[in-house]
Amino acid sequence: MNFRTQTFLWVAQRASAAVLALCVTVHLATMVYAIRGGLSAAEILSRTKGSVGWLMFYTVFVLAVTVHAPIGLRSVVTEWFGWRGAARDVFLLGLAMLLAAMGMRAVFGVFL
Amino acid sequence: MNVHTGTFAAFVHRASGVLLTLFLPVHFYAIGTTLESAAAFDALLVWTQMPLVKFGEWGIVVLLAAHLGGGLRVLALEFLPWRDWQKSLAAAAAALALAVGLAFALAL
Amino acid sequence: MVRVWRGRAEGKYQAFEVPRHASQTVLDVVTHIQRVLDSTLAYRFACRVGMCGSCAMTVNGVARWTCRTHVDKVVKNDQMEIAPLRNLPVIRDLVTDMSEFFDKWAKAKGQFSGPLTKKEDFQKVKPDSPGRVAVDAGIECIGCAVCYSSCDVVSWNPEYLGPAALNRAWTLVKDERDSRKIERLRAVAGDAGCHSCHTHMSCTEHCPKQISPTAGIAGLKREIAFAVLGGEL
Repeated sequence: MNFRTQTFLWVAQRASAAVLALCVTVHLATMVYAIRGGLSAAEILSRTKGSVGWLMFYTVFVLAVTVHAPIGLRSVVTEWFGWRGAARDVFLLGLAMLLAAMGMRAVFGVFL
Repeated sequence: MNVHTGTFAAFVHRASGVLLTLFLPVHFYAIGTTLESAAAFDALLVWTQMPLVKFGEWGIVVLLAAHLGGGLRVLALEFLPWRDWQKSLAAAAAALALAVGLAFALAL
Repeated sequence: MVRVWRGRAEGKYQAFEVPRHASQTVLDVVTHIQRVLDSTLAYRFACRVGMCGSCAMTVNGVARWTCRTHVDKVVKNDQMEIAPLRNLPVIRDLVTDMSEFFDKWAKAKGQFSGPLTKKEDFQKVKPDSPGRVAVDAGIECIGCAVCYSSCDVVSWNPEYLGPAALNRAWTLVKDERDSRKIERLRAVAGDAGCHSCHTHMSCTEHCPKQISPTAGIAGLKREIAFAVLGGEL
């Protein structure tokens, strides 16, 4: 991996961080509001099913996380667990795919 | 290795990030059960009534707020003009985390 | 009572009883030990007045200039522990091998390179221009390695160029007279360069010249990002 790619990773990390700052703020505020009075599937799903706006919002959220988490982990596994080389990056790519797949499954389940 | 404000802020940011990454697949899986049926989701939601689970949820929310605070600190240090109040950024991040934790605890 | 590191990477602390004096510095203590108590102790110093940076050591866990550290400020329960600078190989006792520190300085292209010859007139640089102000904030570095020794990333990542080398690169990147900016940005980008700084700010905290390498490194991150996205790099 050359310095140009590593620079792109840095840029992607900061860009996704900015997106997530917004998404997390909205998510936390929404959750603090929504969990009052307990949780039930019917109650939640009646509010979320068919909502295109929230579907788009959470899709952006999931994709931003898919970029942000593996790049963040990259530093940790390199510096604290000494994992370097292509195998590390393949693993992180796999993690990104996993988060994207599971995340979008969750988004479709709640909003579609 | 002596730990001072910046190092501590970076550690909290890193540790919370790792823990959140471990939590996310669980979170996505649980919410993904809505695809099967509302009943399947309800079966999982029953767990959220347990005090231990509520405490865990609160912990995750605090971790998220702490990670957000630490992240905003990094963005400020890397993109804003250099000022002398950088140490206060760590304090601001901590304050944010505590405020969110309190709000969530009150709502729970 | 003073415990001093003896040996190389392997070794142990040796205890000495050193008389306290008013206005005593840690360098005074080390000098006393070597002259009076144990002449086999190896240590470095030169100017003894806070100008050269040669006497930098780890005192009670913190990297400092021993000639500018009063014993009163650091002693705890009449105890003091003196060790060589961290993150550098130990030659013997309190003396470290500074080669990798300066090698990384070179790797970061930390040397000035200008296009003018002695036949041309001086290039005029406005002292209050933003570029020059940025350079002035970091130019006083004397290469003492206190920042390098305090940096967690240096200890975790052997390839990491470190705060001093990156700070010097920054002062040259912002120097409008220098002609090797692109080469230098390439040299300090990536996992071994500025992108591995995680803003712990230990360097800024401990620099005896009050330089903030973190500020310069942040500047490098921005310059490189724009240069790569703009296709210049």
